[in-house]
Amino acid sequence: MKNKQSWIDQRFPLSKVWNEHLAEYYTPRNFNFWYFFGGLAILMLGMQLLTGIFLTMHFKPDAANAFASVEYIMRDVEWGWLIRYLHSTGASAFFVIIYLHMYRALLYGSYKGPRELLWIMGMILYVALTAEAFFGYVLPYGQMSFWGAQVIISLFGSVPVIGPDLLIWLLGDYAVGDATIGRFFSLHVIVLPLILVVLVFLHLVALHHVGSNNPDGIEIKQNKDKDGIPKDGIPFHPYFTIKDSMVVVGFLWLFSAVIFYAPALNGYFLEHANFVEANPLKTPEHIAPLWYLTPFYSVLRAIPPLFGSQFPGVLAMGAAIVIFFALPWLDRSPVKSIRYRSPIYKWALGVFVVSFVMLGWLGLQPVTPTNALLGRIFTILYFAYFILMPWYTSIGKTKEVPARVTE
Amino acid sequence: MSEQTIDLKKRRFLTNATGVVGAVGVGFVAWPFLSTWKPSAKTKAAGAPVDVDISKLESGQLVRVLWRKKPVWIFKRDENALESLNSKDLISRLADPDGTGNSKNQQPDYVTSNFRSIKNKESVAVIVGVCTHLGCSPTYRPEPGASDLGGDSWKGGFYCPCHGSKFDLAGRVYAGVPAPTNLVIPPYQYVTESLIRIGTDQKNT
Repeated sequence: MKNKQSWIDQRFPLSKVWNEHLAEYYTPRNFNFWYFFGGLAILMLGMQLLTGIFLTMHFKPDAANAFASVEYIMRDVEWGWLIRYLHSTGASAFFVIIYLHMYRALLYGSYKGPRELLWIMGMILYVALTAEAFFGYVLPYGQMSFWGAQVIISLFGSVPVIGPDLLIWLLGDYAVGDATIGRFFSLHVIVLPLILVVLVFLHLVALHHVGSNNPDGIEIKQNKDKDGIPKDGIPFHPYFTIKDSMVVVGFLWLFSAVIFYAPALNGYFLEHANFVEANPLKTPEHIAPLWYLTPFYSVLRAIPPLFGSQFPGVLAMGAAIVIFFALPWLDRSPVKSIRYRSPIYKWALGVFVVSFVMLGWLGLQPVTPTNALLGRIFTILYFAYFILMPWYTSIGKTKEVPARVTE
Repeated sequence: MSEQTIDLKKRRFLTNATGVVGAVGVGFVAWPFLSTWKPSAKTKAAGAPVDVDISKLESGQLVRVLWRKKPVWIFKRDENALESLNSKDLISRLADPDGTGNSKNQQPDYVTSNFRSIKNKESVAVIVGVCTHLGCSPTYRPEPGASDLGGDSWKGGFYCPCHGSKFDLAGRVYAGVPAPTNLVIPPYQYVTESLIRIGTDQKNT
């Protein structure tokens, strides 16, 4: 055994990688509930890749057959319904996990130095994931697939001057059709999965270089014992590998409950109109994107056309995502964790969470004058969280941060 | 034996020059790949004009045909509808009633201003049924006074279910809705009294 290991180690740094990233990778010992979601996100990536590979074997990426081939998977392929629901419901579960993972970063200031690049890679991952989810939603070619794609691609048509030509280039036709399905299929099964896997790898490399933040927002590397091991750190393996596997069991239990009892979650995970094949002549009565994109969709709807163009709304929607990238530089607070932040920051974060949830809810509702007004109010509050951040994080009294983690 | 020195300036110039030539090469190679996304010859051929027989079109009736994969509405307006399109009450609610502002490229120059149809054929309207906001297809709501669309202020027209844009029976956009411009009138012509061809321009007579 020992011989085999050294034979490999002379040719490939197996023990070195194992130790650096698992057995001797020291993780803060005070991780709580909010630190479950990074590991779960990797689990979901694996699940989407596995189920996606098997769906690709049966799916037909052309406008005439796409809808029927999904129904074929659901009805005629043995266990096909399970693979398909794992994939479609898995997409929503993936976003639940990612949003909680991102919220953790807001709670404990995980985006602050020295983790700025870690945060930016994570944000690029988020943008890539939303693109991946959008392309995937178009593939079954139901009514929502078709009209959702029509609306999202039309956003590019609103770009001044080049918009109309750009739109036709993206669609490969004068409307969503066979050419569109083909390229979306390629992007969904090859291009974006590759990008996602590479970015997750880079995200982990950056994480293991700077080390995890923790609920106290303390750098555990600043407090090492005589062997150079952080006093508040415990090896990732076996401690967190065991803990995370329990988390996975708990998560899969909840996930299975949704898969087996409410895979479409009453239209939230799979919209009712998408069980009808795409019809280019008729838009469904009420269309909305899937829940994980509705906050940004609400921002889009909140901005009226200006100068005879829809483009300002599109810019605002883009800004609602892009502004997250600037977070490490907007936050001027001397402390990281919410535990030691000033009361004014706690209020700001609270208002932001309420705005995000409300925008998400409004995005699912039909347009009424009241909803439009609410949409505008919450859009302003959403942006205020970011734009006023340099101000409210530099005033207000923060609590003293202890030298060692508290739990 | 001569002293070997490294000319860093020359090295930097050669590195940069190689980089620039390489980038141009990448640009040239990228072109065929990016071009594959343009509409193919087959797709362009499918964008040919479409003929529609309107001899059986009843007043108030609307038919939808696909032209360049887009829904096109052909519908007949009755006397009351035409009258309302000319009314000051309606026109005051529109963003660009005569199509000279933001909507000036949304219609061919041979359609009349308030009806947006070919002269002497005012009752029949031909409109691309794609909302100018984000591409949904608005719903045909010809009944004036519909309570869910503002009651008495609603003169009949089209309502977009996606984002609530409203248009009148000539496809003109209401003020204060998300859609920035009037609906598009496609190029069309009367081949005979009852045959409309969508996709080619009316010859001026």
